[in-house]
Amino acid sequence: MLKYTLKRALMAILTIWVVVTITFFLMNSIPGDPFTDQKKIPPEIMEKLEKKYGLDQPLVVQYGKYLKNILKGDLGDSMKYKNRSVNSIIEEGFPVSFKVGMLAIIFAAVVGITFGTIAGLNRAKFFDFLVIILAVIGVSVPSFVFAALFQYVFGVKLKWFPVARWGTPAHYVMPVLALGIGYVAYIARMMRTSMLDVLNQDYIRTARAKGLSSTQVTWRHTIRNAILPIVTILGVSIAGIVVGSFVIENIFAIPGIGKHFVQSITHQDYTLIMGTTVFYAVILVVMMFLIDIFYGIVDPRIRLE
Amino acid sequence: MSEVKTEQVEGLKLTEDMFQRIGKDEKDYDKIVRPSLTYWADAWRRLKENKLAIMSLIILIVVVVMAFIGPLMRPWAYDDQDFTAINKAPDSVHWFGTDDLGRDIFVRCWDGAKISLFVALISTIINVTIGVVYGGISGYVGGRTDLIMMRIIEIIYSIPVLLWVILLMVVLGQGLGTIILAISITGWGGMARIVRGQVLQLKQMEFVLAAQTLGADTSRIILKHLIPNAMGPIIINLTFQVPGAIFTEAMLSYIGLGIPEPTASWGTLAEKGTKMLLIHPYQLLYPALLISITMLAFNILGDGLRDSLDPRLRQ
Repeated sequence: MLKYTLKRALMAILTIWVVVTITFFLMNSIPGDPFTDQKKIPPEIMEKLEKKYGLDQPLVVQYGKYLKNILKGDLGDSMKYKNRSVNSIIEEGFPVSFKVGMLAIIFAAVVGITFGTIAGLNRAKFFDFLVIILAVIGVSVPSFVFAALFQYVFGVKLKWFPVARWGTPAHYVMPVLALGIGYVAYIARMMRTSMLDVLNQDYIRTARAKGLSSTQVTWRHTIRNAILPIVTILGVSIAGIVVGSFVIENIFAIPGIGKHFVQSITHQDYTLIMGTTVFYAVILVVMMFLIDIFYGIVDPRIRLE
Repeated sequence: MSEVKTEQVEGLKLTEDMFQRIGKDEKDYDKIVRPSLTYWADAWRRLKENKLAIMSLIILIVVVVMAFIGPLMRPWAYDDQDFTAINKAPDSVHWFGTDDLGRDIFVRCWDGAKISLFVALISTIINVTIGVVYGGISGYVGGRTDLIMMRIIEIIYSIPVLLWVILLMVVLGQGLGTIILAISITGWGGMARIVRGQVLQLKQMEFVLAAQTLGADTSRIILKHLIPNAMGPIIINLTFQVPGAIFTEAMLSYIGLGIPEPTASWGTLAEKGTKMLLIHPYQLLYPALLISITMLAFNILGDGLRDSLDPRLRQ
């Protein structure tokens, strides 16, 4: 287990380093910087600005400095928002994004696993077909279409929830639904397949033959084994939900980092782009790492690979 | 009874040479009566039984055909403005209505279909090519090469594809070409993994050994023996790559990083439609419906193909 954990940790660190490096050199390969379009900057001030952001030094020095700062957890200053550090922008936006993302994941996992389990247990019956149909629709319809649909139906027509903005718990409902619904479909479908796989195993027959009640077979033997592959899928879903929040935060005018990220791109605010990318990368890689470790604990076979 | 009567009337004599043994000949047991089906013919036979999949196939063909003839059915081009009809709800003149600049949404939807499908097609072809070659080499060569190649994919894949695409879009600037490039250089990992898995299985087979014995080199074995045998899973993955690319393009255009105006794609149309949602909901309705139906059709067709190309997976 220790060897497995170390291997995974090493991989995680390597991944973060690669992302940091690629982002840094990608951003530096773009011609121009945020100051080029403001034509009236006098050369002296330009020089000062370049000095402030360290743009006058050779690329390798800049890269080394950047790496050092990241190790300290300092992502630099925003180039567009005066006197604001990337850290402060993330600190402000992340709690909001985190809440929406977490609620969406919990919603997706709970509903998806429940639906998938019931469908798997009632194979080829009405509820199973219902889940299959819903799963295909959920995967096919983009989240922004769901978001717009919810806004129109629940926000404008029925007036159940506020159309956009942020604040009260009622504001959470539609973004979380829109963000999570595709993953409900995905998880439900995987859970169903996994249930069917497990139900065909010999140990299920053995458990029945031992005379266990069907509740015990379902809970202790079927669901417990079927849920394992879903843990890995959750990792992928977290990544997807994080990225999905770019769009959802935009639609519902939620002040999270997703919105800042998209804006930083249109503003060509490179430090903010780099900072948020690195931040996302760290969050995702750490999540994946934790899921891998958890998976290694619950399924010992995985450690041998 | 009637036979006996005729015999008596005609006075026919029955001799042995009038009879022939028509019992089962043992040689016939080995005879193949029906023509043998190839893998593809068999898959097609199975797919034909799946009504939903065939319906999806027909829908996709209709969408592709409409992408070409749709814009020609109305007298406007995608960027023509009709100032007498701005934000007009669908009627007999403008079938899907017009947007805030008086452009015909019917024409824009089908022109957008052309762009979206084009992006999806080209990036899928590039994805598949890179993925097949990469996965093929990784799986066949094996050992340390395989380990390193798979680690590279793992690193790329721990960050969502869309994030990479956005970064690349920032560097390369907006436009059709960059979207295709960005989707293609980030999306091949899934395919590479599938091909590698197939190759790992197939390279143990006797026919590969036979080819090796006959002196075939690595590239010939991969291209002529391994890839054709892994074609089923490759095609299945391909049907899921196409909607993935459409999705990515729509997402990018939606957050304003996609294809610039006035060119229409499904993503840009949906983005514009959302802005008008509260006042003119029909402007989102049609592009959203088209994206959803196309994605649905691809997904159902993909499922159908999986069932028909790989019967073992059927559940």
